[in-house]
Amino acid sequence: MCTLEKRGNLFILTLTGEDQHRLNPTLIDAIRSVLKQVRADPNSHSSSALITTAQGKFFSNGFDLAWARSSPDRLRLMSSEFRALATELLSFPMPTIAAVTGHASAAGFILALSHDYVLMRNDRGFLHMSEVDIGLKIPTCFLALIRSKIGNPITRRDVVLRAAKITAKEAVEKEIIDRAYHSAEETVKGAATLGEELAKKGWNGQVYGENRMALMKDVLEKFGVDETMEDINKVL
Amino acid sequence: MDVCTLEKRGNLFILTLTGEDEHRLNPTRIDAIRSALNRIRSDTTSLSGSVLITTAHGKFFSNGYDLAWAGSSPDKIHLMSSKLRALVGDLISFPMPTIAAITGHACAAGFILALSHDYIVMRKDRGFLYMSEMNIGLKIPAWFMAVISCKIGDAMVRREIVLKAKKITAKQGVKAGIIDAAYDSVEETVEGAVELGEKLVKKGWNGQVYSEIRKGIYKEVLNKLGADETTDDLEKVAIASSKM
Repeated sequence: MCTLEKRGNLFILTLTGEDQHRLNPTLIDAIRSVLKQVRADPNSHSSSALITTAQGKFFSNGFDLAWARSSPDRLRLMSSEFRALATELLSFPMPTIAAVTGHASAAGFILALSHDYVLMRNDRGFLHMSEVDIGLKIPTCFLALIRSKIGNPITRRDVVLRAAKITAKEAVEKEIIDRAYHSAEETVKGAATLGEELAKKGWNGQVYGENRMALMKDVLEKFGVDETMEDINKVL
Repeated sequence: MDVCTLEKRGNLFILTLTGEDEHRLNPTRIDAIRSALNRIRSDTTSLSGSVLITTAHGKFFSNGYDLAWAGSSPDKIHLMSSKLRALVGDLISFPMPTIAAITGHACAAGFILALSHDYIVMRKDRGFLYMSEMNIGLKIPAWFMAVISCKIGDAMVRREIVLKAKKITAKQGVKAGIIDAAYDSVEETVEGAVELGEKLVKKGWNGQVYSEIRKGIYKEVLNKLGADETTDDLEKVAIASSKM
């Protein structure tokens, strides 16, 4: 479901397969397991960077609602696991780069935004907070992350209240992502170049992680709960 | 005499502040607006695929609180503040997209009323957005600041508006990312609002979900609607109303 490749100072996590990379507990566990491996690598304590990318048409199309639909417990588990994953990324002890090589929707968009840098292909795919279109509430922690990463109120409104489908070009203009590239391969290349640049800074990973946590303190605090899970019938 | 009217046009609900006066936000007017909003909520066809457009006749969208009416009476001042906070709470939880079609000046509490809508369109041939408080010696309550901070992203723009009482034209409003579009006349502004409204109606969004998501975004504002610390400083309000 996901692989880890080490390339010099870079740790490259790839969501494998041509499916939608729906964020169910199985996939989330696999990702978290890879992140643990990275942390455990003795060479990862400084001068490193993490790149998260994916194969196929999708970066991630969000929660696995089809799987979770059958029971409130599944929904709660999925939410709780995803929040743990986002928390890990937000506290990760090295710079993180999302190389978005396909659609990133809802929780998939949040997964991308949980990285320090977001690069994206501009020949296909879009960023999309689809919740209002499919009649789903958005948890406070998602909104808090969006607020911290997307500075312009009108852009935030368009993303959250209008479910705008944002291309890479628009995302760069609106300062949601850092840079856009002509293809999936170039996006990953660009991520590797940026990763090397950041790794060369020789930053201490622990300090980096703690500084990011301080920067994102208000956001992190909100990832402890998902209040939309209380009214479970609405979600189902 | 009605201070506001409600018209239904397909799936659009158009609330108009009527009359050529300044549409000062006193309890009578605020109650009338809230009453119209309640009528919309109880309209069963409004549960999804609907939009609210708020607009006004005359030279003013709204020139803010009715300070003349409130004078130096603590009860009146508290009442006006508490009613406006309830109205803004209504708008933030309103179960459909909201559009303010600004057809005249929107000042102080009137500017806040405009900002409490999801989309703002405005005429560019006359009128401005203006937080006048600095110029009339009034404090701006924390809850106004919360609205401003949620809706106006640029720190320098916020400073100009709040600390310099800058008068913002529609054109400047678009450039500053405060409003969505500027039109050449009143008619075109309302038409623009209707056009945008129709686009949003077509999405068929569930009103309840829309409301919950919006409340989530403006949680910071909702948390501050319970109080207004400036209404205790009545001397300042009395001085301000005497400057009018």
